[in-house]
Amino acid sequence: MTTASTRNDQARAEIMARIRSSLSDVPDTPPEQDTPVAWTYHAATRPDLDHAGVIDLFVERVEDYRATVVRCRTAEVPDRIAAALREHGARSVVVPAGLDGGWVAALGEFEVRRDEPRLSRAQLNETDAVVTASAVSAAESGTIVLDHRQDQGRRALSLVPDLHVCVVRSDQVVTDVPEAVARLAPSVRDEHLPLTWISGGSATSDIELSRVEGVHGPRTLVVVLTQD
Amino acid sequence: MTTVDEVRRAPAGTRVALFATCANDVMFPQTPKAVVTLLERLGCEVVFPAGQTCCGQAFTNTGYFDEAVPVVRNYVRTFRDYDYIVGPSGSCVGSVRHQHEMLGRHAGDPGLAREAAAVAARTYDISEFVVDVLGMTDVGAYFPHKVTYHPTCHSMRVAQVGDKPMRLLQAVRGITVLPLVDDDRCCGFGGTFAMKNPDISTAMAGDKARHVADTGAEYLVAGDNLCLLNISGVLNRQSAGVKPIHLAEILASREGERT
Amino acid sequence: MSVQDRTSGAAGRAPVAGLPAPRFEGVRKTPAPPEGELIDEPRFPVAAKRELELPVQRGNLHHAMTTIRTKRARVTAELGHWEELRLAGEAIKNRTLRHLDSYLLQLEENLTAAGAVVHWARDAAEANRIVVDLVREALADEDVTYDGTGEAGAEVVKVKSMVTQEIGLNEALEEAGIAAWETDLAEIIVQLGHDRPSHFLVPAIHRNRAEVREIFLDEMGNYGKPAPPDLDSEPRNLAGAARLHLREKFLRAKVGVSGANFAVAESGTLVIVESEGNGRMCLTLPQTLITVTGIEKVLPTFDDLEVFLQLLPRSSTAERMNPYTSLWTGPRAGDGPEKMHVVLLDNGRTRVLSDPQGRSALRCIRCSACLNVCPVYEKVGGHAYGSVYPGPIGSILTPQLRGTSSAVDKSLPFASSLCGACFDVCPVRIPIPDLLVYMRHQVVAAKKAEAKNTRRPFLTHGEPAAMTAAAWMMSDAKRWIAATKGAGIGGKLLGRADHLGPLPWPASLWTNARDVPVPPKESFRSWWQREREGNQR
Repeated sequence: MTTASTRNDQARAEIMARIRSSLSDVPDTPPEQDTPVAWTYHAATRPDLDHAGVIDLFVERVEDYRATVVRCRTAEVPDRIAAALREHGARSVVVPAGLDGGWVAALGEFEVRRDEPRLSRAQLNETDAVVTASAVSAAESGTIVLDHRQDQGRRALSLVPDLHVCVVRSDQVVTDVPEAVARLAPSVRDEHLPLTWISGGSATSDIELSRVEGVHGPRTLVVVLTQD
Repeated sequence: MTTVDEVRRAPAGTRVALFATCANDVMFPQTPKAVVTLLERLGCEVVFPAGQTCCGQAFTNTGYFDEAVPVVRNYVRTFRDYDYIVGPSGSCVGSVRHQHEMLGRHAGDPGLAREAAAVAARTYDISEFVVDVLGMTDVGAYFPHKVTYHPTCHSMRVAQVGDKPMRLLQAVRGITVLPLVDDDRCCGFGGTFAMKNPDISTAMAGDKARHVADTGAEYLVAGDNLCLLNISGVLNRQSAGVKPIHLAEILASREGERT
Repeated sequence: MSVQDRTSGAAGRAPVAGLPAPRFEGVRKTPAPPEGELIDEPRFPVAAKRELELPVQRGNLHHAMTTIRTKRARVTAELGHWEELRLAGEAIKNRTLRHLDSYLLQLEENLTAAGAVVHWARDAAEANRIVVDLVREALADEDVTYDGTGEAGAEVVKVKSMVTQEIGLNEALEEAGIAAWETDLAEIIVQLGHDRPSHFLVPAIHRNRAEVREIFLDEMGNYGKPAPPDLDSEPRNLAGAARLHLREKFLRAKVGVSGANFAVAESGTLVIVESEGNGRMCLTLPQTLITVTGIEKVLPTFDDLEVFLQLLPRSSTAERMNPYTSLWTGPRAGDGPEKMHVVLLDNGRTRVLSDPQGRSALRCIRCSACLNVCPVYEKVGGHAYGSVYPGPIGSILTPQLRGTSSAVDKSLPFASSLCGACFDVCPVRIPIPDLLVYMRHQVVAAKKAEAKNTRRPFLTHGEPAAMTAAAWMMSDAKRWIAATKGAGIGGKLLGRADHLGPLPWPASLWTNARDVPVPPKESFRSWWQREREGNQR
C-alpha cells in the first residue's frame, strides 16, 4: 500500500530527477562560479546623509505613508505613548510581556491587558490598542521591522487591535533595506524569529485603483521616535 | 542656423550602401530617394547594391525562422563588403542587429552567425548614421511646418536610436516640433499583429491617431513607414488632415525644394 | 447589464484536475466560479474581441494602468541604482534556476529543521490531494491550542495566491466539503462575484465601485456577515464592509492557506509581501498554516532579500515599500501557527526549466509591471488570455507550463505587437519580446509538423505555405524584382486617386479601419536603375 509518505518520497525523487535532467546543459560548477552576481550586499545607500539626515529621511518617509511620527527624548517616551493613546480615544491597550516597565507604569488611565495568560483572538479584537518596541527601521523605504521579541510581543498583538503605537529608537534606524536585512539576518538564521515589516498602515487600491487606507491591519500607526 | 554649404561634410569619399527595405522599395520609394539626396548632400557616396531584398523580420517575428534564414544569407551576401549600411527604418535595422546572428545560430551555421553579426554591426538607421558617424545634427534642412514625432517601438527599443531623431528634427530650420502625448505607446501595427488581432490593433491605432490629431500638427513624422501607414490610415479615415512623412524626407528638404 | 451576466463561460465540466466531477447534493459552501476551464477558452483574438466590448473594464484598465505606470516610473527613477538592482535580480534568479535541485534540497532541509513539514507535488492533482488531506487532518487536530471564537467550521482562510488558483485548490476543497475563503479584497470581489481574476495585483480591476457594491450587497450575507444595507459605493466604505465581513472568519479559522513570494533556502524562511493585512491574519491567527509554492520561488540566501524587497514593491504597487511583509521560519512556540506545512509544486515548471532559453520566464516574481505597461493588456484585460497568468509574462509562461496543444496556448505568443515595453520594466530582465518570438517559432514548427502529417498543407495550413512562398521570393533579388514588377500597375490603373478606402477580405482586416495609399507608379529600385544606371554593382 502506498502511504502518503511513500508517495511523497516518490514525488520528491521524480521532481529531483526532472530538474536534473532539465539542467543537463548546466556545467557541474559551484553556483557562485557558474553565475556571478555583480552586487555589493549590505551597502549603505545614502552616503550623503549623516545620522541626523537619516532620521529626518525616515520621518519624512513614514509621514508620507500617513502614519504619525512623534519625536521626543527617551525620558519622554512614556508620556508620549499615553498621549497618543488618549488622542485616539483608546481605552484598553495590550502590552507585550517584555515591554519597558517604565512605559507600562505610565498607562494607569487605561485598561492595560497583558498577554499572560495569552489573550484569545476575541479578546484582542476587543482591545483598542497595542504598544510595542521595534527591532530595526529603514529610512529610505520608511519601514519599521518587528522581530517579535519580548518587548514587541507575538505577531497577533500588533495585528488585531486598531491602533498600534510603536517605539523606535534613533540608533535602530539604518538608511535602507540592505542594511536592515543585514541587521536582521542573525535573528532569522540563528533564532528563527519571525519578522513583520511595516511601512505605513494597511491599505488597498483594489477598487478602481483608488487607495483606501486601513483594511485589516491596525488602521492607525503612531511612531514614537527617540532622539537621544 | 547653417546653410547647406556650411554643414560639416562627411570625410571625403564616405561610401554608404543604401538598404532601402522591401516595403520602401515598392510602397514608399520617396523615402530611400530622400536618404540618397540627404547623404549625397552631406558628402557621402551612395550605392544601391542591387542584390538586396529584405531584413526578414516578417518571417522571424511570425515564428518562421527557417524561412528567414535564406533572407538573412542574402542580406549578408549583399552587404558584406560595405563599411556602412544605412536604412530608413528603425525596425528593419533593429531586426538585422538583434535577430540575424540568432538566425544564423538557429540554422546551425556558426559561420553565418559570425558574418551576420559583423554586417549587423555596420548597419545603421539613418538617424544614427548622421548623428554618430557623420557627427552632425544640423543637416541644413528647411521644413517650415508644425510636426509631431512618434518614436516607433522597434527604433526605440530594438535599434535603440535614442534621442537622435528628435535632435535632428529640432535642428531643422523653420520647423515646430509639437510634443505628442503618450508618444512611447505602441501604435498597434506590430507587423502581423495587425492582421491576427485586427480589433486590438485598430483600438491602439485609434488612440495614437487621436493623440496625433490633438497636437494640431500638419505632419506626423516617424522613422518607420509601416507604422506611419498604420497611424495615418486611421487619421485619414477620420479626415484629421495630418499628413505622414518619414524623418528622412524632412531632413532632405531644403529651402525652395521638397524631395 | 447585471453583474451576473458577465460571468458566462464554456459549458460546465469537472473544474478540478484529477478529481471526479462534482455532485453537489446540497448547497455549495462558497460561491461557484464560472463554468469551464481556462484552457478551453477561445484563442486570444476571439477572446480579446469579446473583452474589447466591455466599456467599464476598458475605462478602468485605462485609468488604472496609466496611473500605476506613471507611479512606477517615478519610484524606480528615484533610486539611482535601479539598473544594477535589475541585473542583480536577474543574476540571482539565474543562479537559483541553474542549481535548482541543490537549492530545493537546502530549502527542504532548513524548513524541516525549523519545524515545518515539507511535501512535494508533481502536478495540480497531487497538490490538491495533499492539501485537502492536510486540511482535514488540521480540522480534526486536538493537539493544538485553539484560541478562536465560536465553532470553527470546515473552512480555511486564504491569502491571495496565484499558485493555488493555478491548481484550482478552492474547488478541490469545496469538493471535499471545505470552504476556502479568499481574504484579499479583490479576491473576495472576484469570489463573491462568481468571477475570475483579471490581473495579478489588482484582480478585480475590471469591476467598478457600483458593481462591487452590488456584489457585496447580493452575496456577503450568503457567506457570512452581510454588508450593511445602506452601503454606498465609496471605496472606503466598501473596504470597510470587507473588513467586517472577514474579521469573523479571521477570528475563528483553524487553518490558513498561503502561497509564498520568496522561500529562502539558507534559512528555511518564507516571505509574503502584501498591503492589507489579511496575509498577516491568515499567517498568524490560525493554528495550522499550509503554504503552497512553486519550486521556482526559492532564493539562495537571506541576504538576497535585500535585492528583491527593493525590486518587488517598486515594480508592483509602485511604492517604496508595501505596507506589510511577513517573514517566518517554521512555527514558533506561543506565536502563530503551531503546525506548518509547505507544499513544493512542479506542475510544468520542470518542463519550462528544460528549455535553456525558455527557462528565463521562471525568473518571474509576479510583480505585474509588464501587464501595467502592455498596450495590448490595457485594451483587453486578463480574461482574454485564458490563463491564471495573463499579459506579457503569461503569454510566454503559460504555453510553456501547459504546452501548446490547446488553441488558446497556440495563440498566446501572438498576443503582442512586440513593442518591447515589458522588457524595459521587468525587474528581473526577462527578455519577453525575444521569448514571444521564440515561442511563435515553437508554435509554427508544431503547425508544420501537423501539416506534414495531415497532408493537406494548403487548405488547413495556408499560412506556412504562404510564408514559404514569400521567403523564396525574398531570398533572391531577381525573384523579388520579378514579383514586384506588378506593384506599379495598380497606381497606373487607378489614376488620380491617392487613397483607397475599404477593400474586400482579407485586405478588409486592414482597411476596415484605415485608408491605404495607392501603390506608387515606380519602385525605388526601378527609379535607381533608370536614374543612376551604372552606379550599382
